[in-house]
Amino acid sequence: MPVRLHPESLENITTHYCPGCSHGIAHRVIAEVIDELGIEGSTIGISPVGCSYNNYKYFTFDMLQAAHGRAPAVATGVKRVHPESIVFTYQGDGDLAAIGTAEIIHAAARGEKITTIFINNAIYGMTSGQMAPTTLEGQVTTTSPLGRDPKVQGFPLKMSEILSQIDGAVYIERVSMHDVNHILKAKKAIKKAFKVQLAGLGFSMIEVLSTCPTNWRMKPVDAAAWVKDTMMEYYKLGVYKGEDLEV
Amino acid sequence: MNYEIILAGFGGQGILSAGRIISVSAILEGRNTTWFPSYGPEMRGGTANCHVIVSDDEIGSPIINNPDILIAMTLPALEKFEKVVRNTGFIIADSSLIEEERLKEAKSRVFPIKATQIAGEMGHKAYAMLIMIGKLIKETNIFKPETVEKALYEVLKQELHKLVPEEMAALSAGLEM
Amino acid sequence: MSEKVLIKGNEAIGEAAIRAGCRHYFGYPITPQNELTNYMSKYMPEAGGVFIQAESEIAAINMVYGAAGAGARAMTSSSSPGISLKQEGISYIAGAEIPAVVVNVMRCGPGLGGIMPAQSDYFQAVKGGGHGDYRNIALAPSNGQELYELTVKAFDLADKYRMLVMVMADGALGQMMENVEFRDREEPLIVEKPWAATGTGMKREKNSITSVYINPDELETVNNRLQAKYHEVEENEVMYEEINCEGADIVICAYGLAARLTRNVMKSASAEGIKVGLMRPITLWPFPKQAVGALAEKTDTVMSVELSAGQMVEDVRLAINGKVPVHFYGRTGGNIPTQDEILDKIKEVLGKEKK
Ligand SMILES: Cc1ncc(C[n+]2csc(CCOP(=O)(O)OP(=O)(O)O)c2C)c(N)n1
Ligand code: SF4
Repeated sequence: MPVRLHPESLENITTHYCPGCSHGIAHRVIAEVIDELGIEGSTIGISPVGCSYNNYKYFTFDMLQAAHGRAPAVATGVKRVHPESIVFTYQGDGDLAAIGTAEIIHAAARGEKITTIFINNAIYGMTSGQMAPTTLEGQVTTTSPLGRDPKVQGFPLKMSEILSQIDGAVYIERVSMHDVNHILKAKKAIKKAFKVQLAGLGFSMIEVLSTCPTNWRMKPVDAAAWVKDTMMEYYKLGVYKGEDLEV
Repeated sequence: MNYEIILAGFGGQGILSAGRIISVSAILEGRNTTWFPSYGPEMRGGTANCHVIVSDDEIGSPIINNPDILIAMTLPALEKFEKVVRNTGFIIADSSLIEEERLKEAKSRVFPIKATQIAGEMGHKAYAMLIMIGKLIKETNIFKPETVEKALYEVLKQELHKLVPEEMAALSAGLEM
Repeated sequence: MSEKVLIKGNEAIGEAAIRAGCRHYFGYPITPQNELTNYMSKYMPEAGGVFIQAESEIAAINMVYGAAGAGARAMTSSSSPGISLKQEGISYIAGAEIPAVVVNVMRCGPGLGGIMPAQSDYFQAVKGGGHGDYRNIALAPSNGQELYELTVKAFDLADKYRMLVMVMADGALGQMMENVEFRDREEPLIVEKPWAATGTGMKREKNSITSVYINPDELETVNNRLQAKYHEVEENEVMYEEINCEGADIVICAYGLAARLTRNVMKSASAEGIKVGLMRPITLWPFPKQAVGALAEKTDTVMSVELSAGQMVEDVRLAINGKVPVHFYGRTGGNIPTQDEILDKIKEVLGKEKK
């Protein structure tokens, strides 16, 4: 039996992501899930503003490019026009947890039947390494040159925990992509999130702990280790809502 | 005096800092200068270039359409800019990274310098740019070699100040080529 | 005291703000102005000031509303898409007559566009990007020294008129390094702000910072007062630079980076026997209407050169009022017109006119 090396839903072109960046892996996993669910033709994605701003070039299905932080609002519009289609947003942490906090919270509150893939890499990648709302205490960035100090810059936001408090959100899970095992788990979670949407149950979000070797100024292997040893300490993996959902 | 210089190569070769060293040296000798980098996604692919102007007069546009001098550290850099070099201008090219045969095809005068290789032998590839600046000074007298030493102390981070003597040795090597 | 340094345009703006006594900066990352935000994150705390990376441009401009409304010299900076988000706040600041400084390091649009230099936010800056009958002063520096000096001036003008002052740079000016002389001001400018929300201390009547007037007559009175103030600014604060316009074959109107390009063209054109003049507005609003209008007496041909599809050219035409032809040359998308392109266009225009 031929092994399919390349998912149908992913264009066969090279991405612009840096070596060791999680964005590429996340794209592949999403494409595999869409293939397996056979929903390529009915999926509509929303690209954010961030390093993945042009990921509509990498997927084979319809996508819209949204203004910074507004993807959940755009997705709301799309889903209300095409309730039968599968609508997802793909957003970074600056996009989702800073400028777009209102949009994500209210999409969840309305129980929009959309799925959000939230790439948490604890930094602003695209604009070259500023502090993100998810930047950890002590982490040095170009706008926290002395390290994030909670007394000055406050505390990192735990979006999965926050969204799980919202009644309209039905399935929230935090996963990681730092090694193969975790990637497989992440894939299961993303698949479940899309199934939740297919079943029309409500809002779902998968938070993916991700690497940004370039702006963390680390080698890819060290970046993966930093996710495991440092990020996962603060951002605990697990299902925050909808553990018992059967889909 | 008015020199328009494009320095081009890939990220990590010290292209942008070399441009700054030229600009700071110019200021130290009382001239006007502009330094204009490539920026943004243009740099994701790994290429880097900067436009440096040194002049006695007020400088108009910081963007150089036709450089007097091209310092080319890679083949793509040479290919991108060789055609726009002024007739009266010249190219200083790193011939340890670009084949000498290819350099013969350029229509401008070319000074091939095995800068990266020589710098490697001197202890660090990063000194290659100083060798190139040395050659630039030799061909133009754009500023005094001693001025570069002062500029290095301004441009380099404190931790790197201990390297200045080696950088100056690289500059001297360039001055002799 | 003064010192001459090689510094990025974006950083020169930051240094100017700090030296102008600004101690409250609120920003949000966006290319090509990131070096300014980064600079403030480092040097504002060193100067004993406040740096906050806001959660969005909307938040940043409202932080400025608060800080400046409380009497501080406050500033935010961004680039085109972020400036669009600030428009609501800008209108409120105009309505409440709060002195504030906003820096726009313009990039190309519309939409997310690109990060390369542009001058396509002219309309937004001078015709009112937000709602309502308001104006803000718009300053257009064209080199590092002016980025520094006009930023300092922006704070003074803001306080003098209780207005928002926008500094209009572009990606190239922001990213480039140039020799800049930091001149300390002769004496600190102390502007009393008796209107500010500082707490009454039980010593004075309360101050209300507001832009809401439900009663039409009351609001009209406010509007009339604003218009009178804007008129005063138009009378007193126009700035421009005029070079070789008298008897020129053609006068180019250009600001910022485009004006620098024109300087080069002036030289190459004169080598070919064409006399090119330059009219460079430094205040985009108030626009140098009279000086531009007077060009009709000095030349037979005017052309606006911009990094846009043609925005300032409309004000040039209004000022010239049909007395001589006004042409336009511009590039968009982040492309920068070359000297040769501009010179070719000049020749084309002059050739046509001669026929
Ligand atoms: C209104 C607006 N403000 C700012 C920007 C600049 N900008 C581009 S990407 C980005 C943040 C990227 O960070 P994140 O969302 O964490 O995604 P990443 O790049 O790390 O994947 C910002 C602030 C913009 N494009 N639009
Ligand atoms: S900058 Fe960071 S997030 Fe962006 S592509 Fe590179 S590694 Fe990925």
